Amino acid sequence: MNHDMIAHAYPASQPYLVTPENIAAFADAIGDSNPIYRDSEYALSLGHDSVCAPPTFPIVATMAAMEKSFHDPALNMDYSRIVHSDQRFEYVRPIKVGDKLVVTTVIEEIKALGNNDIAVFRTEVTSNGEPVVTGWSKLVVRGEES
Amino acid sequence: MTDFSALVVGDELPVVEKFFTRAQLIAYAQASGDMNPIHQDEVVAKSVGLPDIIAHGMLTMGAAIQVVTDWVKDPTAVIDYSVRMTRPVVVPNTAEGVLVTFGAKVAAINDDGTVRIDLSAVFAEQTVLGQARATVRLPQ
Repeated sequence: MNHDMIAHAYPASQPYLVTPENIAAFADAIGDSNPIYRDSEYALSLGHDSVCAPPTFPIVATMAAMEKSFHDPALNMDYSRIVHSDQRFEYVRPIKVGDKLVVTTVIEEIKALGNNDIAVFRTEVTSNGEPVVTGWSKLVVRGEES
Repeated sequence: MTDFSALVVGDELPVVEKFFTRAQLIAYAQASGDMNPIHQDEVVAKSVGLPDIIAHGMLTMGAAIQVVTDWVKDPTAVIDYSVRMTRPVVVPNTAEGVLVTFGAKVAAINDDGTVRIDLSAVFAEQTVLGQARATVRLPQ
């Protein structure tokens, strides 16, 4: 990888529109039957504006945004050798129906560890310009010898 | 109802057990957009040295937090959540799939009304997540 790309920020992603169907499909896929992900009346009874998204739902938008940067020739990252090793989300407010999630991807860190490169991508997620959640994804790019 | 005012460090949250199946991996791929074939195609998985198809690490992360969200009732009480994906969950081509057991315990009670919960995920008697922790704002 090109270590000179540390602190590089990629242009904001196209908006990802959050729908009840996308939230319910994600909740189904992680096997979580909590009604807050499907039943808007229940979500309203807990003080929310709509059904809420599960905690790891932002990965839908952040991974798509990061994948664009993985293919940036200037970054020189071997896509076929990437392993996603760590993930963190810091939530500002719940994701709700109608949000248009826009992701700005920033390369926070790149360092060599043996034959591997370790990269941390920070993904800042906003909707209508307001912060929603920040993600950090640590990726290991395995070297040829490992 | 859980009495959050009586919490002490070391308290364990109720365990959640889930079976991961190939059908669920396909559903997760579609819902998340992660179409990496190592989660769907046995031939590809084995060609890169894996024993078989493996679950998405992010599926395991997404499933694990249910221990916390079932306990606190409102998932939006989770204000920070992080994991290290240390081992894969290998998913054979069977109807019942494989059992993954999720647990959690109270690791710290903070002065600002939040608690830190440490999570665990066990598959085939081995942990598959490391340093898995969530910060939760307790209901008033």
